[in-house]
Amino acid sequence: MASGTLPSVAEHPQVTAFKRRQKVKRGALVLIALAFSALVMGVPVAAIFARAFQEGVAVYWTNIVEPDTLYAIWLTVLTALIVLPINIVYGVAVAWLITRYRFPGRRVLLTIIELPFSISPIVAGLCYLLIYGGTSVIGSWADEWNIQLMFNLTGIVLVSLFVTCPFVARELIPLMQVSGKDQEEAALTLGATGWQTFRHVTLPNIRWALLYGAILANARVMGEFGAVSVVSGNIRGETMTLPLQVQLLYDDYNATGAFAAATVLTLIAVITLVLRSLIEARHPHRH
Amino acid sequence: MKKIVLAAFGAALLLGAGAPARAEEPTEILNVSYDIARELYATINPKFIEHWKETSGKEIDIKQSHAGSSKQARAIMQGLKADLVTFNQVLDVQILADKGFVSENWQKDLPNNASPYYSLPAFLVRKDNPKDIKDWDDLVREDVKLVFPNPKTSGNARYTYLAAYAYALEKNGGDDEAAREFVGKLLKNVAVFDTGGRGSTTTFVEREIGDVLITFEAEVENIRTQYGKDDYQRVVPSVSLLAEFPVAVVEKVAKQRGSLDVSKAYLDYLYSKEGQEIIVSFNNRVHNEEVKAANADRFPDVRLVTVEDVFGSWAEAKETHFSDGGVLDQVFNAR
Repeated sequence: MASGTLPSVAEHPQVTAFKRRQKVKRGALVLIALAFSALVMGVPVAAIFARAFQEGVAVYWTNIVEPDTLYAIWLTVLTALIVLPINIVYGVAVAWLITRYRFPGRRVLLTIIELPFSISPIVAGLCYLLIYGGTSVIGSWADEWNIQLMFNLTGIVLVSLFVTCPFVARELIPLMQVSGKDQEEAALTLGATGWQTFRHVTLPNIRWALLYGAILANARVMGEFGAVSVVSGNIRGETMTLPLQVQLLYDDYNATGAFAAATVLTLIAVITLVLRSLIEARHPHRH
Repeated sequence: MKKIVLAAFGAALLLGAGAPARAEEPTEILNVSYDIARELYATINPKFIEHWKETSGKEIDIKQSHAGSSKQARAIMQGLKADLVTFNQVLDVQILADKGFVSENWQKDLPNNASPYYSLPAFLVRKDNPKDIKDWDDLVREDVKLVFPNPKTSGNARYTYLAAYAYALEKNGGDDEAAREFVGKLLKNVAVFDTGGRGSTTTFVEREIGDVLITFEAEVENIRTQYGKDDYQRVVPSVSLLAEFPVAVVEKVAKQRGSLDVSKAYLDYLYSKEGQEIIVSFNNRVHNEEVKAANADRFPDVRLVTVEDVFGSWAEAKETHFSDGGVLDQVFNAR
């Protein structure tokens, strides 16, 4: 072909025009996505902080160290500290059972652990009231022994367990299914005990997924409103978790206090997000 | 980490199972109350603690729980350990009496139907009353938009509904058809139905929707205090409905916990001059003659009718108007 008679394909006017159009389209898409994200997520989160600090840092701080709010923060953390370890043990056990054994009812179990995701938290709370409340068989039996199950920390922990029990198991099951049991069987044939196998073979494989699930569960425990609100009894400075406290302060015309308390919840969420990104960065094959 | 977890477990067990032993000297009592009474009882409690120390020489702490009073009544039946209740719905105490938590004669145990203070549905309008709202008739005008909660979910709104109905009945010589038409028009004028009183306040004040917010007079004044006395005005209609705030000792729990005396003393305190003065400072109307006279200028004259006068009883009003398929449903669906 004689040189200089035809422009190369890349420089062809139609191609350049096409590329330009593509560029504009992509730019527009990016713009829409960014604007939408900012509008839907960025602005409200920023607004929480703006409103919380509206009357100055001093007022913000007074609102945070208000005894009832401090107590709500403590109660929320305490609930998470109780719920998470149980959740982790339960999650590992269920995932192990489902991925390593075949037994009747396995599919049922698989479905059941997903249940809390599809049941409205309020309904979950009501179910627990029905089963453990003062009018129930279990509740009145416990009352005979002077043990109160609902409207205190026990109730809050129970419903929190319910709403968060799928998180860890759900993260582990797909991973453990893929990784299979070859390595574990190898360890066992080499004479490792069950615990050694778990500690040195299984755990290193699943630790990131485990942590990931635990972080998600933690975010859910701390943010849970519906189920907790049903069984909390709303006793100030005793059974008010942070999300309940936010609502309560707002209802009391204390918007600044409500938003100050909300910033604590938001910070927890942001920390969760950062941890999650860190895990994903260290472990790029996840998701 | 292990230690923290163990400590947390321990704390949970202590908190959960280590409830105080029965019938010992109680160190705290729980007042289970309605949604918006927090400021009121937050002011009363320290005063009562002082009063109790002076009169009995004993220390006591008072815990508060606030939520919708029907929800609270259910929680008590489900095991919430309330020593006493301070509600805004007669029926919610009655159901506790029916289930044996509260004395059968609770309404006779204390003066004024066991209601230490009262209020009434009144109107909050915007600055200078631009739509010139004076009485219930103005609320059914076509150019007026109203805000009050859904009578299906809110006790507050039930009072509004019944007050309007009572007004229309009286005006039309007891004609039920006319009264239904009146409340039908009223409901039609509602711009937003929130689920509770505070939600409606937000709608009216912060979202600036509607011309009139209908809620308890005490709440009307509290909103004005909160959001600017000059920006809003109170309008008290010519006739309204007596809204009682019934109180009772939850004897079943109080006996178990040994808190009967202090709980009774707490309720008596609400009727004392000191207690009534605090209550009146939150814009509730009271019965104590002395306090009443001293605060006469706070409260415009209004003729109050009672649910018993107009509707027979709360139970009947509930049955006729608020049950499924009742009058409320009928006019609501026709709107």
